[in-house]
Amino acid sequence: MLQFSGKSVYKGIVLGPVTVFGKQDDPIRRRKITDAGAEIERVQAANERAKEQLQKLYDKALKEVGESHAAIFEVHQMMLDDDDYLDSIHNMIQTELVNAEYAVAVTGDNFSKMFAEMDDDYFKARSADVKDISNRLVRILEGKEESSLSSEEPSIIVADDLSPSETVQMDKEKILAFVTVHGSTNSHTAILARMMNIPALIGVPLNLEEIHDGMTAVVDGFEGQVIFDPDEALCDKVRGRMEEEREKLKLLENLKGKENVTLDGKKINIYANIGSVGDIGYVLENDAGGIGLFRSEFLYLGRDNFPTEEEQFLAYKQVAQMMAGKKVIIRTLDIGADKQVDYFHLGAEDNPAMGYRAIRICLKQPDIFKTQLRALLRAASYGNIAIMYPMITSTWEVERIYEIVKEVQQELDNLQVPYKLPEQGIMIETPAAVMVSDELAQMVDFFSIGTNDLTQYTLAIDRQNEKLDDFYNPHHKAILRMIQMVVDSAHKYGKWAGICGELGADPELTEEFVRMGVDELSVAPSMILKLRKIIRELDTSKNEI
Amino acid sequence: MKKFSYTVKDEVGIHARPAGLLVKEAKKYSSKVTIHKEGKSADAGKLMAVMALGVKCGQTVDVEIEGEDEDAAFDALKEFFESNL
Repeated sequence: MLQFSGKSVYKGIVLGPVTVFGKQDDPIRRRKITDAGAEIERVQAANERAKEQLQKLYDKALKEVGESHAAIFEVHQMMLDDDDYLDSIHNMIQTELVNAEYAVAVTGDNFSKMFAEMDDDYFKARSADVKDISNRLVRILEGKEESSLSSEEPSIIVADDLSPSETVQMDKEKILAFVTVHGSTNSHTAILARMMNIPALIGVPLNLEEIHDGMTAVVDGFEGQVIFDPDEALCDKVRGRMEEEREKLKLLENLKGKENVTLDGKKINIYANIGSVGDIGYVLENDAGGIGLFRSEFLYLGRDNFPTEEEQFLAYKQVAQMMAGKKVIIRTLDIGADKQVDYFHLGAEDNPAMGYRAIRICLKQPDIFKTQLRALLRAASYGNIAIMYPMITSTWEVERIYEIVKEVQQELDNLQVPYKLPEQGIMIETPAAVMVSDELAQMVDFFSIGTNDLTQYTLAIDRQNEKLDDFYNPHHKAILRMIQMVVDSAHKYGKWAGICGELGADPELTEEFVRMGVDELSVAPSMILKLRKIIRELDTSKNEI
Repeated sequence: MKKFSYTVKDEVGIHARPAGLLVKEAKKYSSKVTIHKEGKSADAGKLMAVMALGVKCGQTVDVEIEGEDEDAAFDALKEFFESNL
């Protein structure tokens, strides 16, 4: 048995065969050919086929992960049309009389080296794209089609790291778990795993050379461990645990349609966090009471220019209508820091987490903000929408927001466009907002605590920095006291307070949050029924924890 | 021959996607479009060559257009740089 530990991003357990992703294929052989014309025709046919494949990938990515991840396949198509690249391949075939596979591989190597030697990191990274298109051509020439993950039984994907362009190619039905050597808890793989409810371990220090396709492995997301070649006793144990997990899931199904109420009658709302209209299926399937955090950034990411008012209006309206009267809290644009968009031209910052982001951009560039507000106010006529403003630190910011909202109302009035002024709340994610929460509570309809940023700012810890893992304690008393303070401030003025950060989904804290008087928890759809179960078994009239 | 200079404002420079769009735009015209940067030059109809110039934010390129439809190409490309890069 080979055992490794890693960071777990989803608590689940699975036993199954391993597929190692991205292993080197056999080396390409150089062969002498006689008919250069026929060989060039082979390249042209392969090139057409490659572009078809890329178009399919583009369409698939567009549907599943959005345009930002899809764009790369469009670039690959363009690269395949590059004159210099094609000329080089054709010349090699004609002058050296070599086989197409060899000519493509050598050309690909040369061009990727050209990029690898550039001094700018962005352009350096393009060498991988050249390799990627060349490998694709070679695979087609060799008669091998798309990646090996197409027809086999479901398996545990083991990889060095997985890029979005790689995960999008995978058939989601055939993935049991992810195990990667690199990657962060915020990586694409991690997000995908949480959405799919499958175990995933990242940062696992294994040597890929020792791992082979078809090996059996156990991925234990509870313990953060992966065990290769488990013995029969362990396999039996894991099969038992998997059966238990399945039973638990089945029992959770019975909780659909039930209230989130403790044994002593305390109620709490459990809403869902979503990132795009496409996630609503998960929201409805898991019986969320509403949407507590709709990240509107997705409308802005992965495109070349700002989404129009009409585009935004239609998206918000659709969500409001699909949720049929249940609350939909839409957070205004939270761009900046780790979410960059080219056309915002934000420029590099030394300390982006503390920089020009979220509401700060909206207040400095009110035109961008107003477009979104107009769309939101118009969509509010179609359902139970609430607006939430991110990254607030001071009361004047809320005052300024209200002035802008007034202007927007005036504009809509003048144009006689129907709209509704929805509830307006703010995210509490800076220690400053916590400290003045009593003043803020008098200005807004609700608070939602963004624990990810609040923790980062309070503990002064960058979560992406692995060296700081030992110092990072999300259950730090400072955070819990802040949450209590925010809840108390809200209640003092008859407002409600929820939590929409990751901490809200932490089952170890659910009881404490209920006791604190938190009114709402907004969590990943997959956590809703699990929290409901905990709450329904709670009795807060009994002794303190 | 017509010529203009442009200082790139896009944060990552002439990166893959806009380079691809630029190539498409340049190929619409029969004129030869050449991009010069610090002594290096590239045919604007060739994607990898344009990317290999490695034009970064804040750098200035000279765009040279020569051919029968150079007037139309000049206007279109100038507009393209200003709105995309």
